Amino acid sequence: MDASVATPPAAPPPASAPQRPAKGAVEGSATWRLSDRIGLAICWALGLLFCAIAVAITVYLFIQGIKFLKPSMLVTPAAAGFSQTETGGFSDALVGTLILAVMGISLALPTGVAIAVWLVEYGRPTALARITESTIEAIAGIPSIVLALFGTVIFSSTALGFLSRSNEGVVFGRSFFAAAAMLSLVALPLIVASTREGLNSIPPHVREASYTVGKTKAATTRRILLPASRPQVATGAMLGLGRIIGDTAIIVVLLGATQNFAPVEDVPFPLNFLRGAGTTLTNFVYEASPTGNLNQPQKAYAAAFVLLLMVLALNGAVDVVHRRARKVGTWSS
Amino acid sequence: MDEEYTSEYGPRWSDQRVERMLGVLVCTVVGLLLAMIVVVLIKAWPSFAHNGLAWFGPGGNVDDQLNAIFLSGQAGAEYVYTFHAWPLIWSTLLITGGAVFIALFSALFVAVFIVEFAPEWMSNVLQPVVRFLASVPSVIYGLLGVLVLVPFIGNHLVTEPQKASVAGVISLTGYSLLAATTVLTVMIAPLMVSIFSDGLRAVKPGWLEGSLALGVNRWRTTWKIAVRTARPAIVAGTVLAVARAIGEAVMLAMISGSVGFAPNPADGFIFIYEPSRPLAPTIVKNIDQLSSPPANATLFAIAAVLLVSAAFLSLTGWVARRSMRKYGAA
Repeated sequence: MDASVATPPAAPPPASAPQRPAKGAVEGSATWRLSDRIGLAICWALGLLFCAIAVAITVYLFIQGIKFLKPSMLVTPAAAGFSQTETGGFSDALVGTLILAVMGISLALPTGVAIAVWLVEYGRPTALARITESTIEAIAGIPSIVLALFGTVIFSSTALGFLSRSNEGVVFGRSFFAAAAMLSLVALPLIVASTREGLNSIPPHVREASYTVGKTKAATTRRILLPASRPQVATGAMLGLGRIIGDTAIIVVLLGATQNFAPVEDVPFPLNFLRGAGTTLTNFVYEASPTGNLNQPQKAYAAAFVLLLMVLALNGAVDVVHRRARKVGTWSS
Repeated sequence: MDEEYTSEYGPRWSDQRVERMLGVLVCTVVGLLLAMIVVVLIKAWPSFAHNGLAWFGPGGNVDDQLNAIFLSGQAGAEYVYTFHAWPLIWSTLLITGGAVFIALFSALFVAVFIVEFAPEWMSNVLQPVVRFLASVPSVIYGLLGVLVLVPFIGNHLVTEPQKASVAGVISLTGYSLLAATTVLTVMIAPLMVSIFSDGLRAVKPGWLEGSLALGVNRWRTTWKIAVRTARPAIVAGTVLAVARAIGEAVMLAMISGSVGFAPNPADGFIFIYEPSRPLAPTIVKNIDQLSSPPANATLFAIAAVLLVSAAFLSLTGWVARRSMRKYGAA
């Protein structure tokens, strides 16, 4: 997109556009020079290597996970102890991941969709639209550890003390609120990009039809455009969710690096946990790895297995959404 | 817009008001980014001011310096800021450079393979594989690196004479440049593949057909026409991958060895077995020192370097894509 952010995008090319030549229909590699055939062999080798790496990671983690994961680990919180049998499980980490996923995505999704709608449907003044595009792109490139450090500054300010634990005027600045806010920034660029793609794929005549019957732009967006781009919004949300549950740097810095929930006293139920420190599966794997503070590789494998299952489920969900969207079909012009 | 047409939602949702609300939100996000840059630079300033350009230079043991900086903040005595980050920067350059170099070549081949040469079933397998590899959390890569790759390198690849030859300087345990670069390559290559293959798919079929009609075989057509036309996408993918590699903190904290040591290519081939620690993992490793003001400034200085490199990368990518746009696609 360049200057034409404000205007509706051009219609996609008609279905009769020239098709790319079918694979293998043109010629085999038998007539090629040796150097070209070596190149093709490298392609095959690297393609198979990618598959092998993916299979190795999955199979290895499944084997280790099934070997070390006991159902009791999912319901017992971590405890202090000397051997791996005494230290409990990682229920707090599991619940922490789920809490953060919900909080992060419920911050990022409305914001991301709103920004995308503004960029595609309004986008005036053009300069601000350009700046916003660059901002979103820049946020995608910022290391999450830098976001985390920035988070410690804003959430340690006295004005935001109500979002975390404070002690005699000193604000701790580490809480589920803090981590979720920064994690939503990680998910934001994915949601914006995906939603924009969806809105841009809707041909202008759909909008024009809606305006003609007297709908406002806001009503058109709410009733026509957003429902029509639901698959892309869902895809963006799930990609963002994957980034949120997979991020570790922000958790280590902004969630307090504890092993259990550390609720704040004298606060009503959900808030005391959300204002307190906690842990997630990624943080647990980090701490339980040989380089972390706990050094319990077996539990690290078990937690990593659970985390991998979540990621696989999200990937599968993205696939399903894609296939559904393709079945419904695209706009005809 | 007339209010009678807005009856469904009432004047609360009139167009002007919605546009203004969305505009305020957009400005907030833009402002947040600006605030972040300003805050990080202000927080980092004491460290840069005390060291000047020597901040980026070599000199002394980085880990000792970090420790001294941290302790000076606790004692309440005069703050120490002396910090020479060269080993960390050098480690970042080596690991990122190595990983991006390998990933760029393999990702280009794999993307070409997926789009042009793989049989239908193979590209149907490869696409989900690439998406899966891109979505595995970095901590899982780190865990596998620590428990599988690092012991393998330490026990099987590094020989006893090699360990003895540098025993006085550094111990070779398997936490190494080699391990870090390998795992980082696996992490960033899938990102590149997905962006490259989007770019290759966007090449106009007519251009390829024109080349094929002239009798150029499919392999050369792909490399001379499709890959060249897709150069903006290749730049975009590479920039994103470099940004990810520079900012990767947790995985590298786990397997790079976490020693403020600058691997020395003059040691010969075994420098790839030497441990080090890049910039981003240094922040993670010392995060509990934020309460000490000089350590706080030093960590923010590292963050500022990362932030400025990320911004610089975005800019480079933008300029490169702009100048290549005349070649057509993407």
